[in-house]
Amino acid sequence: MRTRLVTVLLALITAILVIPGPAATADEQGGETLHGQIRNPDDRDQGVEGISIQVFDGEDEIGAADTDSDGNWEVGLPGPGTYRVVVDQESVPSTFAVRETSLVSDGEAEVEVPAGEQRVLIVALERPDGGEAEEPASPTDEGAESDGAAEEEDTVVPAARGSFGDRFVQLAAAGLLFGLVIAVSAIGLSLIFGTTKMINFAHGDMVTFGAMVALVFSSGAVGLGNSLLAIFAGLGGAVLIGVLLEQRLGRTALIVAQWSSIFAGIVLATVLGVLGDSVGWKVPLWIAAGIAVVMGAVLGASMERYIWRPLRKRNVALIQLFIVSIGLALILRHMVLVMFGAGRSRYSGFQIQELVRLGPISMPPRDLVVMAVAIVVLVAVACLLQFTRIGKAMRAVSDNRDLAESSGIDVDRVTLYVWGLGGGLAALGGVLYGLNQVVEYEMGFRLLLLMFAAVILGGLGTAYGAMVGGIAVGLVAMLSTLWFPSQLMQAWALALMILMLLIRPQGLLGRAERVG
Amino acid sequence: MDIISILAESVRSAFGPIAAIYALAAIGLNLHFGYTGLLNFGQVGFMLVGAYGVGISVSVFELPLIVGFGVGLLCALVLALLLGIPTLRLRADYLSITTIAAAEVIRLIYRAGFAEPLTGGVYGLQNLAGDFRVWNPFDAGARYGFGDITYTGAQMWTMTVTWSLVVLMAGLTWLLIHSPWGRVIKGVREDEDAVRSLGKNVFTYKMQALVLGGLIGALAGCMMAMHQASIQPDQFKPQVTFFLWVILLLGGAGRVLGPILGSMLFWFLMNFTDGLLKGLGQDLGLLPFLNGPDYGAIQLAFAGLMLVVLIVFRPQGLIGDRKEMLINVK
Repeated sequence: MRTRLVTVLLALITAILVIPGPAATADEQGGETLHGQIRNPDDRDQGVEGISIQVFDGEDEIGAADTDSDGNWEVGLPGPGTYRVVVDQESVPSTFAVRETSLVSDGEAEVEVPAGEQRVLIVALERPDGGEAEEPASPTDEGAESDGAAEEEDTVVPAARGSFGDRFVQLAAAGLLFGLVIAVSAIGLSLIFGTTKMINFAHGDMVTFGAMVALVFSSGAVGLGNSLLAIFAGLGGAVLIGVLLEQRLGRTALIVAQWSSIFAGIVLATVLGVLGDSVGWKVPLWIAAGIAVVMGAVLGASMERYIWRPLRKRNVALIQLFIVSIGLALILRHMVLVMFGAGRSRYSGFQIQELVRLGPISMPPRDLVVMAVAIVVLVAVACLLQFTRIGKAMRAVSDNRDLAESSGIDVDRVTLYVWGLGGGLAALGGVLYGLNQVVEYEMGFRLLLLMFAAVILGGLGTAYGAMVGGIAVGLVAMLSTLWFPSQLMQAWALALMILMLLIRPQGLLGRAERVG
Repeated sequence: MDIISILAESVRSAFGPIAAIYALAAIGLNLHFGYTGLLNFGQVGFMLVGAYGVGISVSVFELPLIVGFGVGLLCALVLALLLGIPTLRLRADYLSITTIAAAEVIRLIYRAGFAEPLTGGVYGLQNLAGDFRVWNPFDAGARYGFGDITYTGAQMWTMTVTWSLVVLMAGLTWLLIHSPWGRVIKGVREDEDAVRSLGKNVFTYKMQALVLGGLIGALAGCMMAMHQASIQPDQFKPQVTFFLWVILLLGGAGRVLGPILGSMLFWFLMNFTDGLLKGLGQDLGLLPFLNGPDYGAIQLAFAGLMLVVLIVFRPQGLIGDRKEMLINVK
């Protein structure tokens, strides 16, 4: 057996060696080049095609290049030295102008290229009027469109107008909305910490997952969406079998049933993947959001069932669990990136809406819906925690795991429910956040930082603390833009968190205990 | 696909400047996590302030390079104090949350529009390595090395300086750990309360370790600015920190040589899998479902998988001691 394996391996290696590859990687070819990418200031994922760039040594032209469809250009150089790069202003589309930087002035730049280096020259375009797209004339949704291009990584702050009081009220409303979204997503984080004492660094990516899934199903599920649905149905089936039939089936039967459910899901997913786009369907956003919540819950529950519970049984220490959750976050985020792409998108049909005016506050109806949904969900979760058996059990386990276990609560099962609840709420938070802002693969990680601020502010491990903290963080973040640049929003949330750690480390609603 | 050239490229990168820079930053992280048990998930923040300290001094204020390095280290000192004072008295998880958030917030501030006069915003700073390249004793145009593994003169110079710094810092770590100070630090990692009951001020020791590791991280950031001669804020995304964690756990936390071995092995593996994937996908066309940018994403997912598998099955890494790595948060 082993010799056969070795033979096969050798054959494979020979085959790989024989097939001629490219002579060497670009990096190895030596020689100096200048290259760069010119992007569209309205959408940084798009390049601008057809801009001519010439390179001069003194007065002699050495080379020229036009940007390709992705905005890339490259000019080979004869050797190291100082070169003058000229961007042909005629070839720049008339809606844009070359941006002045320390290096590039009036479309020209002096660049020193050291020996053997492929140097990047950054040429940026901007709108001649200073980066702003034309304002829509009618009172449509200005906030969402105004500076998405200029600050691609920032949360969109509504363009508040009028007197200080008016702006204050408008930003407070926006902050409340943002805070409610943070609160919905952060409850899971806090409850998971409470029941398992573990910080789930992958929580942000569960948020992204929810938003992306809702996007896929609302914009037309094709092969990918169907396959995902099948896999998650298999996983969910396995978890449900485990929960419902644990007492009734023998150990072997249970394991067989669970694995056959998972394999059925995988087989179905393969079949659907092969069928591909021929099984296409599309649902309205609210149904897609429902699917996303269910899939988020399945994701959370199966992470607990198949990763965290085995690790806890192996007595893996908490620090190690943190690191595992960071690794899982990396995996999840980049799986999402591979599957759904790096583009920034919005839920279609909700972008431009007539604003509804309520006194000084004007909001698009979709934001009102987001707020209403968030409030209903928060109240529902509070009722669940306060009045139902499982909710009381969750609070008990969160309070004191050992005491809960010794008074007869099935702690593992409660933890599983907490992960399911947390995953579902994270997915819902993702849909709401995506509706209010944009959907892209790093949205969850950025929200995670605010969620951390929220749970620490409210008290790690308390569900109600996460609600209070979330709303406080949202309000502080949005109101800070009254006086400070909007890019500092997250810095203020972080400052609030650090201040809280200094004066009241257990958080607003936490119980005073020694935490160090 | 040419497996020999992929292997050569991987070996080249294992000894190259990037591996040296990451080894340096991982030595700092080793001091934090490996010896003191501090969960620092924001090492990239220290690298960022170091790189921008030197970058802003050199390109905006036109100060000499040495002063720039000093400014970078000073920024890291301030950052370590800012992070440490509120969190080091608390449980380990508070430090981890604060550092991961702070590193990302610093990046967002440095790339923000209002900071552009100093930091160059999203476009970053360029032309930083003038003085550094002037001192280069190698011929910048020539290629050094043997066979397929060659480096340019500029890379040789960066490698010489960075690997020397790595050896220096590893030596410093060895001396520190074998001093009375080092014994207290390891005691803090094992059982904080026991150390406290012996009359040691645990907070001060933790703070010293945080500052020292942060300074080494900032040094790595400075070398990164020198190596590339330009910096952009988006190079300092959180995945850099996670790479450092993989490096540390791969080599073995709590070992002087762990980060160095880990960095070389990590970059070898990353380049090898990258070359193999690209060879299979782009040259042979076996992976039709992947587009160009997806390869980078798969690399990162692979790094995450390494992190999970290592910490679960071999927390001591290559040369670590398993018993030392079974520490827990109190």
